[in-house]
Amino acid sequence: MLIRAELVTPELNLVNRSFYNSLFTMHGTIMIFLWIIPSLSGLANYLVPLMIGARDMAFPRLNAMAFWIVPPAGLLLLSSFFLPGGSAQSGWWSYPPLSIQNPSGNILNGQLFWILAIILLGISSIMTAINFVTTIVWMRAPGMTFFRMPIFVWTVLSAQILQLFFLPSLTGGLILLLFDLCFGTPFFRPSKGGDPILYQHMFWFYSHPTVYVWALPAFGIFSEIIPAFSRNPLFGYRSVAVASLGIALFSALVWVHHMFTSGTPNWMRMLFMLTTMLVAVPTGVKVLAWTATLWRSKLHLETPMLFALAGVVMFLFAGITGVMLGAVPFDLHVNNTHFIVGHFHYIVYNTITVAIFGAIYFWFPKITGRMYAEGWGKIHFWLTLIAANLTFFPLFPLGLQGMVRRISSYNPEYAKWNFIASLGGFLLGISILPFIANIVSSWLRGIPATNNPWRATGLEWITTSPPPRENFAEIPAVNFPPYSYGQPQAWAGENSPQE
Amino acid sequence: MRNFFQNLLLGASVAMLIIASYWLGQQAYSWMPIQATAEAKQVDHLFSFLVTVGAFIFFGVVSIILYSLIFHRAARDDYSEGHPARGNWQIEALWIVIPTLLVLWIAFQSYQIYQQLNFQGLNLPILVDVPLEDTAKSKETKPLAEEIAVVVKQWAWSFHYPNNIVSDTLHLPVNRTIRLVFYSEDVLHGFYVPEFRIKQDIIPNRRIIFTFTPLRVGKYRLRDSQFSGKNFALMEADVYVEPSTAYSQWLAHNNSQFHDYDKLQSTKLAAIFHH
Repeated sequence: MLIRAELVTPELNLVNRSFYNSLFTMHGTIMIFLWIIPSLSGLANYLVPLMIGARDMAFPRLNAMAFWIVPPAGLLLLSSFFLPGGSAQSGWWSYPPLSIQNPSGNILNGQLFWILAIILLGISSIMTAINFVTTIVWMRAPGMTFFRMPIFVWTVLSAQILQLFFLPSLTGGLILLLFDLCFGTPFFRPSKGGDPILYQHMFWFYSHPTVYVWALPAFGIFSEIIPAFSRNPLFGYRSVAVASLGIALFSALVWVHHMFTSGTPNWMRMLFMLTTMLVAVPTGVKVLAWTATLWRSKLHLETPMLFALAGVVMFLFAGITGVMLGAVPFDLHVNNTHFIVGHFHYIVYNTITVAIFGAIYFWFPKITGRMYAEGWGKIHFWLTLIAANLTFFPLFPLGLQGMVRRISSYNPEYAKWNFIASLGGFLLGISILPFIANIVSSWLRGIPATNNPWRATGLEWITTSPPPRENFAEIPAVNFPPYSYGQPQAWAGENSPQE
Repeated sequence: MRNFFQNLLLGASVAMLIIASYWLGQQAYSWMPIQATAEAKQVDHLFSFLVTVGAFIFFGVVSIILYSLIFHRAARDDYSEGHPARGNWQIEALWIVIPTLLVLWIAFQSYQIYQQLNFQGLNLPILVDVPLEDTAKSKETKPLAEEIAVVVKQWAWSFHYPNNIVSDTLHLPVNRTIRLVFYSEDVLHGFYVPEFRIKQDIIPNRRIIFTFTPLRVGKYRLRDSQFSGKNFALMEADVYVEPSTAYSQWLAHNNSQFHDYDKLQSTKLAAIFHH
């Protein structure tokens, strides 16, 4: 909100330039490493064992350790605001040579704290990834074959495999950056013959796949909510499951599309243009499968479904603008402008965060054993929908007009759209209030929930709400395909699905 | 009979969708800044094409969802099965094949337009040690090119013309191919004039040549497009595209003015041009 407040008017009038740079650096870093990744890991941590019929994750101590690394790393990152030179100011990419300039001259500087915090969070994520992959491969209940797993489990599996393969590249790059910053090594320092572009490759080699680490579970959430509220099995379940792995595979081969303007040779630009656009195929399979599930069905429009539907539509918009960005000649115009900022906020907020809201409402009865207030949920939904589009849509025309990102002041011709976006930003801040009020009051005093209030399929709905300490009184045996809507025994709730 | 009407309605909706998408694609030209280079025209054609295809897909899928949303709500407490379809391999194969073909088509269009942009600078060996002969040769093949060195640092631009002319504004002759040679003294920067459409990062220790052809006389703003630290927002410079007579006059005027430009600068300049 502070960032949007500064951008209400073209001139610089609220914060100074260095602090503005700190703000957007920390905004990106915190939202990615301390909001999306932990909240999705938490959700998956809760749901995956339930969904596959396991008592807990495979390695509970590793799990606890991965969790307890996050708060100190977060505090380390936040404490850098109080350093004499302020926090890191080189953007969440921390491209050298800018990131190794150290303008404050102190040994303890914001950039150092930033690097250490991200390395710690990366270690935590690798632990989590090992845990998820092991759990999903080895701890499934009897009869829970791979092609009986809910899509959410498929997406978590694909996402965590990505973490395992690609995170080490970022950690390695950051350690080299740390050496450059603290000990004057020349890895990325051009004045000593180093190559700053090498860092960009190491950074994006992880940081592109990581977008799918967040987006895949969001697709998983849509794939759980939409069948439950349209009373249908997910259309083309197997192709959606395989598409999750397909997205993971393709996303591994697209990282250079962040570097089309970085002196990248022509052949590389063209190759990565093609691979980038091909990601649209498996994601397209998913969008069309959701659409076919909805087609002429019996739709129930409770809050989780509203969030899921809006998420799918806004993801489609984000995806289409993403293919546009893949087209090199167009990217050369809008690269590093607000068009990109608009595109990825449609992914990270309007798709992923909206999916997380949907998931919280959907599984709230299971987690707390109480129902949330439906009316307040709907108010939260409409406020979010309006505010999010008001905030992020104006960034597209601004980018087309050439307003670059990361500027604290801008030319007056961009004022109109910026004003709308700032208005939306404040409304978006307000929109979270009914959510918080609803969650807190419902958790304390909500109507007690039954085991399966949505009459949904999936093993998590056959256990009590909230589940007992080890999830199931008795490990269920699975002898039916997922999403068996239309077959009464599949959502019978208290009844064991074994007959 | 009912089937006939349904098909008619479907056909009419698809036709409307195509018309609407085409219209939106034409509107897309007006969302862009003024076209000031030959390259801008190409980029805008591509953008219009992308908007047309994108709008067709977006509004197509959204109409299907909206249709179900409006006409197929469940009755209260009706938790019975929605519809009998579980999957259909023909439809699924179709929506793998069609998007693949569509994407290949978009990639092919983008490739063709990219070819016309002619980024020959990036095909040169990228590292610093380009032999002198190479530069000379490429100059021969492009006699009309105007070569200008762009030097950037935190936080200022300067433009170095032959004959030791240095300016803090960029003057370009209209209708001639321009070759910019980029040089950064510290961190990454980016060369970006929205009206020119094209953008290139400037990387310390890398000689990057950038060619384009301005077609429209006017004053534009050059912006640093790669985040470069504290005063990044102020990293702008004026760009003047001028008729060739005005351009020559400007060169001549500055030539006399900067005749005694200090030695340090000229050695630096030589390094940039003949590295």
